Amino acid sequence: MSEEENKPGETKPEAAEPAEAASPRPAGEPPEGGAPAASERRPLTEEEKAARRQAAAERAAARAGAARGAASGGAAGDAGGPEAPPKPPSPNQPLLDRAVQLLREQIAEDAVVEAWINEPNDHLPTLVLKGEYWPQAARLFRDHAEFGCRYLRNMAGVDCETHMEVVYHLLNMDTGRNYCVKIRTDRDRPSVPSATPVWETANWNEREIYDLLGVDFPGHPDLRRIMMPDDWVGHPLRKDYVPLDPEV
Amino acid sequence: MELDLASVTPEETKQLERNVFIGTIEQLKGWVRSNSLWPLTFGLACCAIEMMTAGAPHYDLDRFGVMFRTSPRQADVMIVSGTVTKKMGPLLRRLYDQMPEPKWVIAMGSCATAGGPYVKSYSVIKGVDQIVPVDVYIPGCPPNPAALIYGINKLQEKIRYEAKTGKRVTDQ
Repeated sequence: MSEEENKPGETKPEAAEPAEAASPRPAGEPPEGGAPAASERRPLTEEEKAARRQAAAERAAARAGAARGAASGGAAGDAGGPEAPPKPPSPNQPLLDRAVQLLREQIAEDAVVEAWINEPNDHLPTLVLKGEYWPQAARLFRDHAEFGCRYLRNMAGVDCETHMEVVYHLLNMDTGRNYCVKIRTDRDRPSVPSATPVWETANWNEREIYDLLGVDFPGHPDLRRIMMPDDWVGHPLRKDYVPLDPEV
Repeated sequence: MELDLASVTPEETKQLERNVFIGTIEQLKGWVRSNSLWPLTFGLACCAIEMMTAGAPHYDLDRFGVMFRTSPRQADVMIVSGTVTKKMGPLLRRLYDQMPEPKWVIAMGSCATAGGPYVKSYSVIKGVDQIVPVDVYIPGCPPNPAALIYGINKLQEKIRYEAKTGKRVTDQ
């Protein structure tokens, strides 16, 4: 945990200057190399806390900048935005930009709502798409030679309280490339076109998301509850769920 | 066959005292039943792993006459070993109803006793005693095999006590 927190903050912004990147190591890292468990429990000093806060703020700013850059221009080079501090672009930035470009060319100009690199998650290219374009976009992801995501690795539903989100993790098994696609939908009548015709494996995942969050998947061959009993009232993982029998 | 007590010699009386036990038929039944408790092979969660371990050679439940049966029709005891969800509840009740009388229930672990760590869950029954009458509760998360054996001993004690005295251990 602390390793992950440290790495992007410490190495990324100062990657251009090796001396600067190396200097915090003797101060902070040696005890960690010797006894990782001990340093984990050691309370952080004020400087370290400040450094972490700053790193987190930088990451957030960079992410917002990258998202803005991708959503407005989609160009590979200046993804960081003009006001963001100089920062080496993510190794997956070209991948993301190409994906955005392809989706805009082949599906619709407004298909991509937002796009960013999820740095803590191994620089995962993450795209938020518009729900109405999702069936075509899913086929593009599966069939286009540059995507080739024949495998839907994981699927999840999220109740964000302001809206619902359905998250798809796509994998190209030849190149090992990952994409994360999110579809946002209205919270009161959540509905996302089914991906089951594209990836058969989405069948039970969509049933689960329907069961626990109440998201409708038009186009699904057999959308019924999968975990809760058939006569269950409500969708228990919704944040506003009120149990019918709290005492049992 | 007539037994003339007057013609019994003192030696014969001594022999009789050594070899003949006098008791009620209820006590005999309690003795037999408590030493051949056959539980239903029925595991629900991690407690089931401990239950299996208790049945395996190291703890060896067979030495108490406890042998797992694969049919509720042949079982005397239901060891509820694990979390009972609301979806599982009706099935558990049905298995209980399929067991012939006399029958007993052991609630093994904190989930079966009171919901355990899932006490705030939407899907878990907080205590299996809401659907079947429980004779013995075993605390623990999960209880180790020795604790399960202790619980089975307690059930044996209960069966013998109730057979001997005609009174219930608890009045529920």
